[in-house]
Amino acid sequence: MERNLTHIALFAALIAVLGLVPKIDLVAVPITAQSLGIMLCGTVLGAKRGALAVLLFLALVALGLPLLAGGRGGLGVFVGPSAGYLVGFPLGAFVAGWIVEKWSAPIGIAALAGAFAGGIVVVTLCGIAGMALVLGKTLPEATLLALPFLAGDLLKVAICAALTRGLARLRPEALLSRA
Amino acid sequence: MLTLTTPFETPLHRLPAGLKLAALAGTTLVLVPLGDLRLIGLAAGMVVALHLALGWRLTRHAAAMLRPLWPFLLVLALWHGITGAWAAGLGIGLKMLSAVALANLVTMTTRLDAMIAVLERVAAPLARIGLQPRLLALAIALVIRFTPVLLDRARQLIEAWRARNPRRPSWRIVLPVTLMALDEADHVAEALRARGGL
Repeated sequence: MERNLTHIALFAALIAVLGLVPKIDLVAVPITAQSLGIMLCGTVLGAKRGALAVLLFLALVALGLPLLAGGRGGLGVFVGPSAGYLVGFPLGAFVAGWIVEKWSAPIGIAALAGAFAGGIVVVTLCGIAGMALVLGKTLPEATLLALPFLAGDLLKVAICAALTRGLARLRPEALLSRA
Repeated sequence: MLTLTTPFETPLHRLPAGLKLAALAGTTLVLVPLGDLRLIGLAAGMVVALHLALGWRLTRHAAAMLRPLWPFLLVLALWHGITGAWAAGLGIGLKMLSAVALANLVTMTTRLDAMIAVLERVAAPLARIGLQPRLLALAIALVIRFTPVLLDRARQLIEAWRARNPRRPSWRIVLPVTLMALDEADHVAEALRARGGL
């Protein structure tokens, strides 16, 4: 019980930290790692705890803490054009965690599939729906707006899989999604 | 940790948080379905007037918080410039700016403890499905306490990397940061149990 709560809280803090540290280098392109944090919540903590960690993080953003990448936060981000992505974050973490929990493939492969399905497919679909609503565009038009982010996201999926596998090797008992 | 509440007081700061949130929800529900450009313009004008009435300092804060929206405004301008539907684009842009500005206004004028109190009140019925409000409060406190701690240690790791390496830290730095979060979670869990548990 205590362990569940502290893991959820510390991973919510981890998502914030990954968005706030100076940008890290991703094959010569500097990126913020916040969405990587969302994927890791799912693949490391599992479906339920991962989604709760993301929800806790979003709750703190809504309460007025500037924890989103670039120091953004507050209630405004939940009615802006990126709001769909925020809705997609907990769902994406849940799907990523669910796949790692249910699919008994080697951890690296399961994490790759989970991070792709949850972190890209689910999050991007929600993001597209959000942009279509706020910007008054059709879904195919909003999809065009989401395309530029996909290349970076694909790299983050690969990184998430590599990190999850690394954690499984270094600290197998910490990987709650496979506990 | 810094919050987005402004460091100075306006009359709006003194209103109860629940009232402001309810007013925000109501206004947003009215604003979003608006289609007539004149009505949208009127609403946007009222939002600007509300900010100016609360002072120039607050207006400047509010403008700074809207800055991340410029890429979307650019997309709207390009899109509607090409298709020629200027009025529609202007309406969508003004509506988006007004909705975000109003929500930010509540954030800027409401202290964190007041927001947490509202959240706990709203979340109280969740106790029936097993989510105790005091657990939520503890989780919030833990995140607020440990985000700066983890951030500090992540920065130290990045500094150490820079001392060894002329290039920017690569994604590999995320692994030790995640390990730190996992270890810290175990320590705090032990500490909670040692104090009688949850």
